[in-house]
Amino acid sequence: MIQANTSDKIAKAWLWLSAVFIIIALLSVLGYVFIRGADSLSLSFFLDMPKNNWREGGILPAIIGSLIVVSIALLFATPTGVGAAIYLTEFTREGRLTRLIRIAADSLNAVPSIVFGLFGLALFVFYLKDFTGGPSLLSAGLTLGFMILPTVIRTSEVAMRTIPFSEKMESYGLGASKLQTIRNIVLPGSLPGIITGLILGMGRAIGETAPIIFMVALNPVIPKSIFGSGNTLTTQLYYLAMEGISMDVAFGTALTLIVIILILNYSTRALNKYFSRNLRR
Amino acid sequence: MHKTIDLENIIKNILLLFSITAILILSLIVIFLFNEGLPTFQHVGVLDFLMGDKWIPAENLYGAFPFIISTLLVTLGALLIAVPLGISCAIFLAEIAPGWARELVRPAIELLAGIPSIIYGVFALVVIVDLIKISFNLATGETIIAGSIILAVMILPIVISISQDSIDAVPRTYREGSYAMGATDWQTISRVVVPAARRGIIAGVILGCGRAIGETMAVVLVIGNVEKLPLSLLDSGEALTSAILLEMGEAVIGSLHYNALFCLGIIPFIIVLFLSIISSRLVSKRVSRFG
Repeated sequence: MIQANTSDKIAKAWLWLSAVFIIIALLSVLGYVFIRGADSLSLSFFLDMPKNNWREGGILPAIIGSLIVVSIALLFATPTGVGAAIYLTEFTREGRLTRLIRIAADSLNAVPSIVFGLFGLALFVFYLKDFTGGPSLLSAGLTLGFMILPTVIRTSEVAMRTIPFSEKMESYGLGASKLQTIRNIVLPGSLPGIITGLILGMGRAIGETAPIIFMVALNPVIPKSIFGSGNTLTTQLYYLAMEGISMDVAFGTALTLIVIILILNYSTRALNKYFSRNLRR
Repeated sequence: MHKTIDLENIIKNILLLFSITAILILSLIVIFLFNEGLPTFQHVGVLDFLMGDKWIPAENLYGAFPFIISTLLVTLGALLIAVPLGISCAIFLAEIAPGWARELVRPAIELLAGIPSIIYGVFALVVIVDLIKISFNLATGETIIAGSIILAVMILPIVISISQDSIDAVPRTYREGSYAMGATDWQTISRVVVPAARRGIIAGVILGCGRAIGETMAVVLVIGNVEKLPLSLLDSGEALTSAILLEMGEAVIGSLHYNALFCLGIIPFIIVLFLSIISSRLVSKRVSRFG
């Protein structure tokens, strides 16, 4: 019996240790990037053009590039993903088609990011270059949009399934049509979940590098149109670190990315808290 | 009345179109990957491609074996670290963590999952590579093991969250039965709870494995990228994904080199898809088993 108690204590100590390790891993990555990047961060770092081959100056082109690319991804994934979720929850029963859609979405979610890069290269840069301008911000944005679609479908669907059946029945009972019920009951009720999904997708899109690496170049100009080339925070970070151009600006860029991710992460949390409080009323 | 029904039908069809977009995109990925990749085999035999150990595009030699071995080694190393740690942390969260510790660790895991892979790569390049170099006294720290360590950190959130879900799903009566027989916490965990949750735990490990095989940015920055066969975790190597990333810039669109790089992409694509299907089957069966 003493033996069982001793092994119980040792095992628990190990379990605690594993959790402590997770915290240490997180803190060392975050802490290191904060310490190395903090010196670069200033308003002019965000608003200035790069100078002296990225060794000085700011990262404005990459910030604008990232904003454009993520906006395009969301413009594609929001209507498509939310629309798909409405269809799956309101217009159809579980069956072969819904199963197929779910398998496709899960598989799409698992596809390695570099494979999205190859796909985007072949489809948008090569075959559709007359429409997309070849290696352009539009090509990059659409590739990312494809990539975050499963996230948006899944989170929207889960949110819509939490709407109580009785609320929909009340709406129909008052003589509302299906479309009115969707507009007045389903969409408002699932809005927090949908927005959370969009923020998750945004975080994923802004942090991805491999899918868009073949479509952007390290180019110190403000992008003029979505059909032209540009660069993003992640791809700039890759080139700066890989080619050892400037580690200081690289860590400044990394810190910028982490701050954006932290803000997005915090806002989903705050959003969930706010809405769950309001729903309880 | 008639008009609204028509509108409803139109909207229904538009929404149907949206919902099959996912199927459409997946099919397009398969079509393009194979359409651009398979022409390689008109010039290079399938076996030569998979087992050949020389990759020299200038001489039209395309043997992907060193890349395949590098990817397998780096993934294996990552699993050796992440599986024991991840399962332990999942058990910790599900079984023994007090409320405050759970409140601390869960958000940490979420954040770990949200950090972009390129940042892990840059961190590993400047920190882990140096640590490896010093601690093993090597000429260069850019080795397979450096990639494994950073990949382990990246796949921990997946392993933990899926394992924890399945441990949480084990009915409380299982535990009560074990305690009633005088078992300690650890005996209950190791002989009752973990075996009951094993399907979900395996699913988490498989999904983490898929993620490691497909990861590009964190690996390319730290494993050295030399096109030779790695013989141990302390050698340099070049993963499948790294080769695609590094060489696509030089490949002329439509050339044999370009086709061969798409072929390299087919390998992780098929493996990862296969792993994802297995893991989702494991999880869905688990749910039905517990009712």
